[in-house]
Amino acid sequence: MTGFVSAEAWEAIGLSLKLAGLSTFVLLILATPIAWWLSQTQSPWRSVVAALVTLPLVLPPTVLGFYILISLGPQGWLGQLTQSLGLGLLSFSFSGLLIGALIFSLPFAVQPIQYAFEAMGKRPMEVAATLRARPLDAFFSVALPLAKPGLLTAAVLSFAHTLGEFGVILMIGGNIPGQTRVVSTQIYGHVEAMEYAQAHRLALGMLVFSFLALMMIVRLKSRQERVLP
Amino acid sequence: MSVDASLSIQIALSRKDFALKVELELPANGISVLFGPSGSGKTSLLRCLAGLETPTGTITLAGERWLDSARGLSKPTWKREIGYVFQEASLFEHLNVEQNLLYGFRRSSHSVQRGELDSTLELLGIAHLLARPVQTLSGGERQRVAIARALAARPKLLLLDEPLASLDLARRKEVLPWLERLHEALSIPVVYVTHTVEELARLADFVVLLNQGLVQASGPLDSMMYNHKLALSIGDETGIVGRGTLIACDLQNHVAQLSFAGARLWVRDQGIAIGTVVRLRILARDVSLALTVPENSTIQNYIQGIIESVQAFVHPSQALVRVRCAQDVVLATVTHRSLNRLGLNVGSPVWCQVKSAALIV
Repeated sequence: MTGFVSAEAWEAIGLSLKLAGLSTFVLLILATPIAWWLSQTQSPWRSVVAALVTLPLVLPPTVLGFYILISLGPQGWLGQLTQSLGLGLLSFSFSGLLIGALIFSLPFAVQPIQYAFEAMGKRPMEVAATLRARPLDAFFSVALPLAKPGLLTAAVLSFAHTLGEFGVILMIGGNIPGQTRVVSTQIYGHVEAMEYAQAHRLALGMLVFSFLALMMIVRLKSRQERVLP
Repeated sequence: MSVDASLSIQIALSRKDFALKVELELPANGISVLFGPSGSGKTSLLRCLAGLETPTGTITLAGERWLDSARGLSKPTWKREIGYVFQEASLFEHLNVEQNLLYGFRRSSHSVQRGELDSTLELLGIAHLLARPVQTLSGGERQRVAIARALAARPKLLLLDEPLASLDLARRKEVLPWLERLHEALSIPVVYVTHTVEELARLADFVVLLNQGLVQASGPLDSMMYNHKLALSIGDETGIVGRGTLIACDLQNHVAQLSFAGARLWVRDQGIAIGTVVRLRILARDVSLALTVPENSTIQNYIQGIIESVQAFVHPSQALVRVRCAQDVVLATVTHRSLNRLGLNVGSPVWCQVKSAALIV
């Protein structure tokens, strides 16, 4: 197997999986309360927050990457925060990439969960309240289990999207081998060096993976429809 | 305001296109039916009792304040010891029947043995369904499980919001007898929302007539059934509900005889034991009035009485006549023309002729 792609590429694959896995894990924890709030609130801030969360979906990756880079830098608010915490500057590091991934994959995590909560309606939580469940208890024992298909979709989508992101990563990561060089930037590197065969193997791998991920979501969706009346 | 176990309500709720203003004292036991057309505020009132809506005013159950908006008190739903059955069964789709039942049971505060749940299962005939996923249940079964789930949380007040409305006629007929059994077995107050006269007649002990967010009339079932406002709102289905005792049966002809209002009436035999006290419903449109008992008629049931009142009814040709028969009352809809022809007036002695098929036991 090691002969199929270069050692360098294996390193990039490992880094990609680590980045996608870690960011998906953190995103699910972050996105669930945001999605819940968006699905329940009647606050005038709802549209503002909804637009902010969706923004990474429509912004050019260079724009998004540029602002993340600035904020991670010595004058940026994230940079100042990490420096005051004694973490130093995170631009051009794996931690920086992770923060970037949390931002550019946020809509892919929030939206499916939000739709699942909205599709559920208010009734299940009302029923839980009439059965003595406190709001937090009802959230964990009723809302979350009922939104499970949405949570799975969110996990698959944000994993796949983080794996495939290129522009933002190039902007904030700098494509440093072993630190910030992931599969998508590795492919770019191979192409630049005219190593088309190497690029092709990695690109095909990404293609197959993305296809399988989407197929899994379709399956989850059809199951969701059977479960929720 | 009384300090007994009853439920007292003084609330006002205003929404964009709807206002509810209710002052009520409901009895401490038995079924109180909130009756009225759709949009009359029945469900809103029920949701206020459950704490799912927050009105202004006060709600007190058995001396315990659930709502006192002047003092900023509103007990959240999960702290009110209620059982609530929604119009659609609303079972938790991610849990099976048993887990649904245990959801409220485990969260209710008293420490009680699992065995207590068994009597509820038996009461609603669902013990055989425990292991089933809820998706495999029929509509009637779902609603019975939902009622059992509400009861399993050992409520002090049971609220039912048109529990039969989402079911077809056959399923309704299947669930109604279980509700009647519940009626006999429960010792807590029950508030039941419906817009069908049949459920009102079969289940109610106390009736609240609501219209456009206001209480039009309220009182015990027997007297409410000849309340003029209720009669007008149910029109053609107006009739009395009384209590009679089964005294004989004619197996050959599949009929039974019961004593009611000082008379003996033949009704369809439903296999109920002699000596049982049953509800019977006599629709006003199935009662006609006569000065004497006619011979050679297919009508077999006659009740003697004295006309107590004559009131206008839905159509200007019609009159709603209330006849006092011993300790009971019978209603009849007749035309003003017939009343004049027979010279009938308040105080006139009459015979009420009742078609036996009209008696609903």
